[in-house]
Amino acid sequence: MAKNGVGARKTKYDGYGHVTGKTIYASDVKKAGALICKVLRCPYDKARILSIDTSEAKKMPGVFDVITKDDVPYNRFAMVPDNHVLAEEITRFRGQPVAAVAAATKEQALDALAKIKVEYEELPAVFDPEEAMKPDAPQVRPEGNIHMYQVGDELKDTRIIRRGDIEKGFAEADYIVEGRYKIPCIEHAPIETCASLAYMDETGTLVIHSKTQGVYFVMGDMANVWQLPMNKMKFVGNTLGGSFGSGNSVMTDHIAGLLALRTGKPVSFQLTRKEEMMASTISTPWIFEIKDGVRKDGKITARYIHVLHDCGAFTELGEYASEKNANLVAGANYIENLAVDSQMVYTNKPASGSKRGFGVNVGQFAEQVQLNKDAEACGISPMEIRFINAFHEGDHTHAGDVLRAVSTVETLQGVAKMADEKLDDKYLEMSSREVAK
Amino acid sequence: MKVKVCFNLNGVPTEILVNPEMTLLEALRDIIGLTSPKCGCNHGDCGSCTVMLDGKAVKSCTVLAATVSGKCVVTLDGITPATGLTPIQQAFLEEGAPQCGYCTPGMVMAATAFLEKNPNPTMAEIKEGLSGNLCRCGGYDKYAKAVKDVADGKYGPVSERSE
Repeated sequence: MAKNGVGARKTKYDGYGHVTGKTIYASDVKKAGALICKVLRCPYDKARILSIDTSEAKKMPGVFDVITKDDVPYNRFAMVPDNHVLAEEITRFRGQPVAAVAAATKEQALDALAKIKVEYEELPAVFDPEEAMKPDAPQVRPEGNIHMYQVGDELKDTRIIRRGDIEKGFAEADYIVEGRYKIPCIEHAPIETCASLAYMDETGTLVIHSKTQGVYFVMGDMANVWQLPMNKMKFVGNTLGGSFGSGNSVMTDHIAGLLALRTGKPVSFQLTRKEEMMASTISTPWIFEIKDGVRKDGKITARYIHVLHDCGAFTELGEYASEKNANLVAGANYIENLAVDSQMVYTNKPASGSKRGFGVNVGQFAEQVQLNKDAEACGISPMEIRFINAFHEGDHTHAGDVLRAVSTVETLQGVAKMADEKLDDKYLEMSSREVAK
Repeated sequence: MKVKVCFNLNGVPTEILVNPEMTLLEALRDIIGLTSPKCGCNHGDCGSCTVMLDGKAVKSCTVLAATVSGKCVVTLDGITPATGLTPIQQAFLEEGAPQCGYCTPGMVMAATAFLEKNPNPTMAEIKEGLSGNLCRCGGYDKYAKAVKDVADGKYGPVSERSE
């Protein structure tokens, strides 16, 4: 019986619009007289820009503006503002925006792009995160390939979390179980590509209809790029044609907004499918190495986890994902002795965006497979090992958080029921409410 | 050099001037101003631009606008009743098939054209019939089940589409 709506079947509140095609997405918003923006992208994985000549492009018919990095009031953006709105001297990934054109038609914008002359010197690039860690690897960024975490007043190349005495824990174990887990690049690939429509309204406010997932994520960031007070801009979020985290990164707002400010005309900028696949943020690779000490009875006595997150060419949301991963990667297990070393490295790929769980789910993939290996080593079932090590009310996570309203055991009982897995009575009688060990 | 195109759009005689290289999708979205056909890939891969051309589901990004002279084009706007929904629309809504909804207009058009040709399909035939339409949210099973339910009459008779 549905109570307060829980368990009741409801039609989606915006479903009528979806099935009739009446829902308006950012890429559907039109403004009469809007210019079309197209972007020139770097054709190399890494290059030095020796020169850019936009003079011919500016003279092409229908062209209202051609911009490069020198035309951007503040060329850095993103959560960690190290990303370049338009490429500076050294480009870092294939598809990085180098120049942008606003023209009356798409054809005129593309014709003008073809007239921009860029002289590149191709430079060696690195794609494999473990290769990029080596001292002689091609340098992705001037600060070095290894990300430095701010810890108090110090910069450290590893995010470290420690709990208990890991050596003591390994000494108590009957088995040592090791696993290595790799997650590849994944493109979000929403069916609607990233889009912005920017225009100056009658009060002199810059309005952006944006495919952003986080209007308030990007406003401060864009105020910086445009050097515009926030009361002079208005973001309008639309229904998203899929996003899966890609919409937390700015792909079109910064350039469309700047061109609208400069030309005084509405500017429409939507990525093509090729641009979305090549140059938008992606879920970049992760490598997890887990070493567990396990007792014969299934209790994990020690766990060591090394995480390497490939962040791509710019920090973007990589540091956030890396931090969140480090705090949750050990899973829903109470483990007395635990150490996490988390590192992040830059490579010549598109930047690491958020994707479905900010680094949490990818860590859980590794951790859950590792638990099955642990169970196999002890000769117990995958269900049992999860009950034996489950979090209970009041337990501490490895990061030191005290857990309240814990439901690990009840979740496992529910999962077992759904999977028709027979459980021992002692697991059926177990409760997360039991006092912490 | 622009080309004059005269065609029937959702029952209305329509006349537009297009560049020879313009696609039907661009003409519908950028000249006529309809937004129900979506542009997901512009390469005939995703199906979000699906419309009906003389009763057949086509990907409008792969049809040149200049070639539709004398033909009948129907978009989702043309099959949506003034009040209520078609059985397929109702089934999609009740099944909860659309999530972000961006692929949905194309799905409705593909499913509508499919059921007109195959009123009693198997589940395998339905999946084959919708295989040209991508849904990144992963609503495939619900879309397919909804079409099966419509074919089985759970949403009433499938009414004749108005030409």
